[in-house]
This record gives sequence, structure tokens and C-alpha cells, in this order.
Amino acid sequence: MMKISQILLQLILFIGFAPLLSGFIAKIKNNLRMRKGQSILQPYYNLAKLFAKEEVVSETASWIFRAAPFVVIAASLTAASLIPVLIFTNPMRYAGDFLVLIFIFSLGRFFLALAALDSGSAFGGMGASREMFISSLVEPALCLVIFSVFLQFSSTDISAFSAMHALSASSLVAAIALLLVTITETSRVPIDNQETHLELTMIHEAMVLEYSGRRLALLEMASYIKQMIFFFLIAQIIFPIALPEFVNLGQLGFWILWYFTRIIIIAIITALVEISVAKMRLFRAVDFLAFAFVLGIIATVCAIIGV
Amino acid sequence: MLNLNLLFDPLSLFFLCVIVIVSLPSAIYSFSYLKGEYPPAKITLSSLLLAIFILSMAAVVTVGNALIFLVAWEIMSLVSYFLVILDTKHEKSVQAGMIYIVMTHIGTAFLIAAFMMMYKFAHSFDFLAIKSVCQAMPVQERNLVFLFLLIGFGTKAGIVPLHIWLPYAHPQAPSHISSIMSGVMIKTAIYGIIRFIFFILGVNVPWWGIFVLVLAVITCLVGIIYALMERDIKRLLAYSSIENIGIILLGVGLAMFFLSINLPYLAVFSMIAGMYHLVNHAIFKGLLFLCAGSVYKATGTRDIEKLGGLIKRMPQTAVYFLIGAMAISALPPFNGFVSEWLTLQAFFLGALHVTGGARLFLGISAALLALTSGLAAACFVKAFGITFLAQPRSRYAKEAKEVSLSMRIGMLFLSCLIVVFALGAVLIMKLLARVAATAMNIDTSSMIFSLNNFTLSPQAGNATYLSVPLLALVLFVLGAIGFFIYRLFGREKVKIYQTWGCGYYKLGSRNEYTATAFSKPFRIAFSFFLLPYRKTQKIRESFYHVKSFAYETYTTPVFKKYIYKPVIALVFKSAKFMRRIQPGSIHLYLGYIFVTLLLLIIFMYKF
Repeated sequence: MMKISQILLQLILFIGFAPLLSGFIAKIKNNLRMRKGQSILQPYYNLAKLFAKEEVVSETASWIFRAAPFVVIAASLTAASLIPVLIFTNPMRYAGDFLVLIFIFSLGRFFLALAALDSGSAFGGMGASREMFISSLVEPALCLVIFSVFLQFSSTDISAFSAMHALSASSLVAAIALLLVTITETSRVPIDNQETHLELTMIHEAMVLEYSGRRLALLEMASYIKQMIFFFLIAQIIFPIALPEFVNLGQLGFWILWYFTRIIIIAIITALVEISVAKMRLFRAVDFLAFAFVLGIIATVCAIIGV
Repeated sequence: MLNLNLLFDPLSLFFLCVIVIVSLPSAIYSFSYLKGEYPPAKITLSSLLLAIFILSMAAVVTVGNALIFLVAWEIMSLVSYFLVILDTKHEKSVQAGMIYIVMTHIGTAFLIAAFMMMYKFAHSFDFLAIKSVCQAMPVQERNLVFLFLLIGFGTKAGIVPLHIWLPYAHPQAPSHISSIMSGVMIKTAIYGIIRFIFFILGVNVPWWGIFVLVLAVITCLVGIIYALMERDIKRLLAYSSIENIGIILLGVGLAMFFLSINLPYLAVFSMIAGMYHLVNHAIFKGLLFLCAGSVYKATGTRDIEKLGGLIKRMPQTAVYFLIGAMAISALPPFNGFVSEWLTLQAFFLGALHVTGGARLFLGISAALLALTSGLAAACFVKAFGITFLAQPRSRYAKEAKEVSLSMRIGMLFLSCLIVVFALGAVLIMKLLARVAATAMNIDTSSMIFSLNNFTLSPQAGNATYLSVPLLALVLFVLGAIGFFIYRLFGREKVKIYQTWGCGYYKLGSRNEYTATAFSKPFRIAFSFFLLPYRKTQKIRESFYHVKSFAYETYTTPVFKKYIYKPVIALVFKSAKFMRRIQPGSIHLYLGYIFVTLLLLIIFMYKF
């Protein structure tokens, strides 16, 4: 019971703070561009607005379109429950390991792409096609990242490698590769752009174009959560942190502060990447992901020679 | 003296089970599938052939004698050939049958050669007799036998570049036969590999495993890239079978590799992963072919560009296809996911026990497996999305009706098996451990692959777990929580309206994305291999007015063009050359016979 409430607490943390993270990144981006920009709480306003709205569903759509948001949010939340954030001996470790995360995200994506095709609009098809294209190229890079981490800690269990202190050249390179994967998976520049609805460039937005109201809110929520999961994974690889041995409250406070500062640092890096590069053509994304793959190989080689 | 004993060890029994669980629903399905497709006499004939086909496969996996094995193998090939050309009305079927029969006999020729070489040492065709002498064979001969067996069985399994017949023959057969051919028949080749290479020959050199792994990775990628390009739904499934054979061979190849470097635990584990994927593939590919057959029966076309919107017209078939598509795309919580996870784990765990370059090799192979599974997901989004979703693209699709009960029962049965094989992973691994134990002659009683009845744990002490029931439960509960959040804000308020068409009038099916468009990014990204080209043609009314524009896009069949065409040309050329000594004169032929006789007599006495 205790364990279940811990997992629920972790999920509430994800649901509660994931939009904030997105708002924070948007804020940094706007400030760096010398704009005043939206409020950091804007994602919450958006969600609140969407939850209150009526939905429009295409008449060509089937039950797939209606069910997909629930599958997507289930996949994101399941992934969020698999990684150790608040609890280090996560009981969910028995449900699956780091590799399972790939497959779970794949589940959400599969349904989202089907839903995009379901409405019968050319945008949806385009989005689905591009998303499946990009994501299939992401997987080898992600797999190599996991492989290099595995070589260091001899386990693909996330709780296990999270509990170990180690920062090596291999983790550093792996974390960079994972950052590239994250940028791709969270549809950010240079692969995709969350801020535009220009039909020539959009990928993720094209898939959810037909969604509105509460179903759209669920999909947005799912992608915020997915982003936060990736940030936690990067943080765990590049800034390894273990359970503190509490001496006094001050230390605990410092530990908590550092724990979340790591996420903020990664958010800032992401924002910096996003404003400093231009969006790539779709087929340049292949090169981008090939680069991530090569970084994965380098991380693996580093892990093999033990640095 | 021929020994007619049958083998019923766990290895044979496992393959018998695979044959039964796919053949049974396919046979039930065939009742109404064949009705109306063919004249009654042909239906009777095809049922008879089906029975012989299933029996011959059962014989292949149970006989204990290489000679009888060959006979059963040949019956299986011939009967399936007749089933492929059942549709004699179609020129395509006959042509597909031709390619099939030629390729399969090339494979059989290599098998005969391998068996002959083994016979030379054992002086017997009995499996156990051959097994006892195989260790004593010289290395060169062992390697040669290995290669011959791999080519022989690889042709049947569809290993690239010997896969050429598979995408022609499998789709041309009636769908329940395709389901058995893709689901089971190509698996008998895997049986052959395990029985002859692991069980009889014994694996002791690492390069065999590495060679198989490299072939397997190539097979995976080539299979799935071609599948992505395909718009004929049954050919798409046939190409995807090639990919899945690759995944199975990854497990088998890893087992060879680990066995040769003396890591019995990992060898057993990899073999289990391969076997698990084998039975999973039999189930979901059987299911998908049956679904494709239903679509064909209902619409009369296999071209997915002409389909669409079938989910509303054939709701049950759509659900079965979706389950199959999810399973083959390795999505949790279905069975394909479990076996791909196990295969990835086999790669990862193996990397802990090797050093240096071998680690990198295993890592990159695992990454390419991940790429394959990503491409497979894309392929099946296309297959399901274009076939079943959005608006129908043709009259045939618009007028489709749900298929009859016996066809649905066949599909329902396999769909249930998909779920059973996912949730019962622990039990199935325990059973498969015994199969692997027989195949490799390893004692597996001390090997434990699970934590409890629900949780897989690849290696004790290495805290890596997978519990499919728990994962399924969590997915379900969290989906319910998502629904709860949704309902927190009141009842569903939905307005049904047209799809947004940029302000134009109502969108039609012509505005939808097509399968060819869907696969376009892949065609461009893999253009170095696919070598796409297009044909454009302006259709003019007069010099000034272009009435319409014809545009066709193709990919170059690389293997056919650069490997098979030159070889076939060479065969024809040498045949033409040989024709010179056959001028048709009976005197000359008598002369040939006389000379041959003389030479033979000299040979007999002098050597």
C-alpha cells in the first residue's frame, strides 16, 4: 500500500510539474530572444482552457481516434512510474527496465500515428509518416545509449543504475546522445517545432491537428510528461545522484535543491540548443540522428575501454 | 536399413505444437474463405492438399532419419508449390510457383550434399548415428557441412539474399495457406538449422555464430525496408516474415556464438529468445495473413491504396488486425514485445561476458534490432492505417462487409493466443528451456529465468525484470486514470464535424495520405539501397494543353537485378553453349554413350 501511494505521489509530481517545465523552457527561450514572452504558467492556462472546451471529432474518424489519447497518456504515465524519481527502490522495477521504456513510448506513438491517419486529413498522414520515420531512426541511438549505460552498471534496471555514483566520459557522451534523442522525441528545434503550425514543417503538431478540447489536453499532458521523463533520465546519467544519508535538515534541503537544479540545468541547455540552431529539413534529420547514433557508439567504446 | 522411428523429444514436440496452433485456425478459416472463391472440385482438392501439407510438415519435424527427412521435406515443398499455383487462372501464380520451385530445389540440393557428406562419415542416415560421429569430422568438412546446411535451410527460411521466392510465393497462395506458409513452413527451416547444426553437428567455432548474426541483421533490415515500400498487403506481410526470420535467427545465432565460447547459460537464454519469437511470429503472422485474407475476401483487392475505412465496415477483422499489428510491432503488452525484449537482453547480457570488439559488435547489432523494430512499427502503422482507417478509397472498400463466422473464429483464436503468450511469459520460458536443453544438450534444470510466476528475470543477481502482467495492469489502470481525469470535467461533449480541409469543401478520399506517400521518407532515406526511380508522362490533348500527368514511382529490386539476373543469364548462356554437343544426331549420341562406357571401364580398373 505504501509503495502504491509512493508511485501515485510520483505520478502526481509528474502531472503537476511537467507543464511547468515546458513553461519554463518557453520562458527562457523568450527571454534569450529579448522578448517578454508568455507566463511560465502558460501551459497550465492552456490545459485549463482545453479541459473546459467542447470537442470536435471528425466524422470520418473511428474509435481509434477517440481511444488514442487514453492510450498515449497511459503509456506516458506508465513510463513515468517506471523511473525512480521520488523512490529509489521503485517497486515498479519488477514491471520493466530501461529497455521497456523504448517499447512503451513506441506504444503511445503507434496509436497517435494511427489516430492521425484516422481523420483522413492529409496533414495527419504527413505527420504520422514523418513521426514514424524520425522515431524509427531514434531507436538505434537510444538503444546504444542504454547499452553504454548498461556496460557501466551491468544492469538495465533504472533503479539500479540510478543508485550508483559515477560520472565517466562514457556517461557524458551517452547523456549528450540522449539529449539529442530527447530533442527529437519532444519535437523541438532542429527536428520539429512546437511553436508553429506551418504545414511544411510540422510533425507532432500535424498529428494532433484534428484534436481539440479535453482529448488534446490529454495529449499535451502526455508529451509534457514524456519530456520530463527524458530530462530525469539525462540527469540521472550525467549528474548521478544517490539517496542521501540524512544528517540534518539542511543537508536534506541541499540534496532536494540539487536534485531539481539538475533538471533546470538540462532545461536551460535544451532551450539554448533550441534558440541557437535553425530547424532542419526533414531529411537532414537523418544526419542529426546519425550523429546521435555515432555518439552512442562513442559512448559504448568509452564504456568498453572503461573511461 | 531404414529406421522409421519418430522422434518425440521436446524440440520436435515444440515444433509440432507450433504447426498445430497455426494450422488449426487456418483450417477452420478455410471453410468459408474458399467458398465462392473456387469451383467445388478445386475446394476439395485444396483441402486434401492442405491435409497433406500439414502432415508433411509434422513429418519433417518428427522423423529421426535424414533420408526420410528429405522425403518429407520434398513432399512439403511440392505440396506447397501446388497450393501456391492453385489460382491457375492468374499468370502471376504460375510465375510465383516457378520461382518458388526452382529456389526450393536449389536449397534441397545443398541439403542433399550436406547429408551425403555426413553419410560419408556415419555410414547411416540415422540422426543419432550421425550425431555420434560428427565430432570426429575434420574441421574443413564441418565448416562445409555447416555452410551447405545454412544455404539449404536458409533458402526455405528466406534468409537474405536467398529470400527472393518468398515475397512472390507466399502472397499468391490462398490466404489460409499463406498463413501456414509464413507462420509455420518457413519455421521448419529453423527446425532444420537447430536439429542439424546444434543437435547433430554441434557448434564449436565462434565464426558460425557471428556469420549467422550478420546474416540475421541484414535479413531483418532488408525485409522490413522492402515491407515498408510494399502496397500489396500480402506481399507486405511476406516481406515482414523475412524480417521476423531475421529476428529469430538473431536469437539462434547468439546461441551459436555463446555456445562456441562456452557460455551455456547465455546460449540457452538466447535460444529461448529465438524460439519464443518463432512461436510468437507463427501466431501473429498467421493472424495477420488471415486478416489480410478477410480483407481480400470482402473487397477483392490486396492493394492497400484502394482500401481504407474498413474499420467501420469490418469492425471485428479490424480489431484482430490491430492486435496482430501491435504484436508484430513489439508493443507492450503483447507477445512480440516479450520476445524482442528477451532478444535485446540476450545481446546485452552477452556483452558482459565478452570483451573489446565483440562487445561493440553485440551493441551495434542490438541497436540495429531496435531500428528494425522501429521500422516495423512504421510499417504496420501504414498497413493498418491505410487499410482500415479514414475514408474508403474505392468502391470495393466502400461496399465491404464483415466476413463470416468461421473466418472470425480462426482470427479470434489466434488473437487470444497473442494475449496468452504475452501474459504467460514465465511459463513459456520454462517450457522453452527444455527445448533449448534438448537442442544443445545442456542441463538447464539449474537455470532460472524468472523471479516468480509473473516476473521474468534474465539473470539472477542482475536486477533486471520484466513482468508483463504487471505492466499490462499498470497500463490499464493508468489509462483508466487518464479517463478519470477526462471525466473529472463532466461528461464527454463531442461535436461531430468534417475534417478540417483548409477552408475548402468537404474532403474526399482523394485528399487522404496514401501508402506510397507514407513510405516516401523511408524511400528517400534508404535510397542508397532501394534505388528509387520514377516515370512521368504528360498526356496531351494537343501541343498546348496537357490534359493529365501520369506519375509512377518504383524501387529497384536490387537482389533480383544485380544477383539473380546475371546468374540466370549465365545459366542460359552456358546452356546455349552446351547445346552445341547436342545436334540431334542419334549416331553421335550413341557415340557419347560408348565413350562414356569406355571411360567408366578405364576408371573402374585404373583407380
